[in-house]
Amino acid sequence: MGLELYLDLLSQPCRAVYIFAKKSGIPFELRAVELLKGQHLSDAFAQVNPLKKVPALKDGDFTLSESVAILLYLTRKYEVPDHWYPQDLQARARVDEYLAWQHTTLRRNCLRALWHKVMLPVFLGEPVSPQMLAATLAELDETLQLLEDKFLQNKAFLAGPGISLADLVAITELMHPMGAGCQVFKGRPKLAAWRQHVEAAVGEELFQEAHEVILKAKDSPPTNPTIKQKLMPGVLAMIQ
Amino acid sequence: MSLELYMDLLSAPCRAVYIFARKNGIPFDFQFVDLLKGHHHSREYIKINPLRKLPSLKDGKFVLSESVAILFYLCRKYSAPSHWYPPDLHTRARIDEFMAWQHTAIQLPMNKILWIKLLIPMITGEEVPAEKTEQMLEEVKKSLHLFEEKFLQDRMFITGDQISLADLVALVEMMQPMASNHNIFLNSAKLAEWRMRVELSIGSGLFWEAHERLMKLTEWDCSTLDPVVKERICEFLQKYK
Repeated sequence: MGLELYLDLLSQPCRAVYIFAKKSGIPFELRAVELLKGQHLSDAFAQVNPLKKVPALKDGDFTLSESVAILLYLTRKYEVPDHWYPQDLQARARVDEYLAWQHTTLRRNCLRALWHKVMLPVFLGEPVSPQMLAATLAELDETLQLLEDKFLQNKAFLAGPGISLADLVAITELMHPMGAGCQVFKGRPKLAAWRQHVEAAVGEELFQEAHEVILKAKDSPPTNPTIKQKLMPGVLAMIQ
Repeated sequence: MSLELYMDLLSAPCRAVYIFARKNGIPFDFQFVDLLKGHHHSREYIKINPLRKLPSLKDGKFVLSESVAILFYLCRKYSAPSHWYPPDLHTRARIDEFMAWQHTAIQLPMNKILWIKLLIPMITGEEVPAEKTEQMLEEVKKSLHLFEEKFLQDRMFITGDQISLADLVALVEMMQPMASNHNIFLNSAKLAEWRMRVELSIGSGLFWEAHERLMKLTEWDCSTLDPVVKERICEFLQKYK
């Protein structure tokens, strides 16, 4: 049994792993885990990842969770081009810095934007107050400013002259609020230019394919009470 | 110009970097940035780290934030013994996995305990509703359970027989609530034993020296808190109430 990647492209970290594996020509079996059906909560999946989250990797007997760890594992095991995670001490530190920073900032705010704007009201039938939504979008805005001012600055990519894991993780995050109808690149020419660079480096076809699901998030049909009950605690914990 | 580390040992990520640098004999200038006085918001410090967070590293012109990135940088630059971040593919991946998970699963909840049990009452004069406290403690319980079941299991340290960056980061974070007299190690013999092993591996002298400021936090006279900083804190605290 070769490398297995347990993914749902609804999830940002799954998209980053998917794009990276495909772009790098890493052979893998895609194991679909449908989040909106609660499949990540099953006992079977807990065998792969007791943390009950996606993405998850299974390589023989070895299982691994956390997209950053998975990306680094794939980088080392499959000897990908240097620009993804440069050997140079300082260049690598820049990538590490972004990958650490994003967990509680961009990741969190993009997730909240999607759930507060679309998934909670439309999919789960849980209304979100205009104040809550406004606050979430304001926080997202602040984070986008930090992304531009501190990480991107006047460079082509976040951590240096070439695309790295940092860009992949960031772009897949930003597509989350896009899926909710938030035009995060509008009025932000620097970010918009960076997005073009990243898409071109990844390949437009692959980029679009990876984002098909999230861009349809607004059209998610409302779920049923059984599934809603199952998903709510996890969702609330995830977006707090 | 030697290596500079901008830190306040009240912060767990700062303690991880401090302990690692000291333990490995890495020479550095300790640049104290007083969190209690709001110095991380000073113009001086913002020039160094516009994110206004600690720790920061300055190596010549190179400035780096995020303790995890700093630890990896120091490990590589100063060729720290390999047990800190073993080169074996699977072992290293397990550390990466912990380092990613801990931001939201350990660091955040441990800080919440400190805020809810000590800092909020101290600074605002109000107690956080018991319900919120209970909820938060339940969260912490779940996280610690996952830590034991998934990361520690029956091993001496997270990766096996020797201390690594993961144990260091985990422990300094789990020490955070101690400042509010909340000892998370009381509920689990396994955690308590692991805690002792990590402390001994670091060296009790260095360990407790690094935690001195944290342990004295209850003695802080918060009436000296800058009113602007106090306002900012009160806004930020709305989230916890």
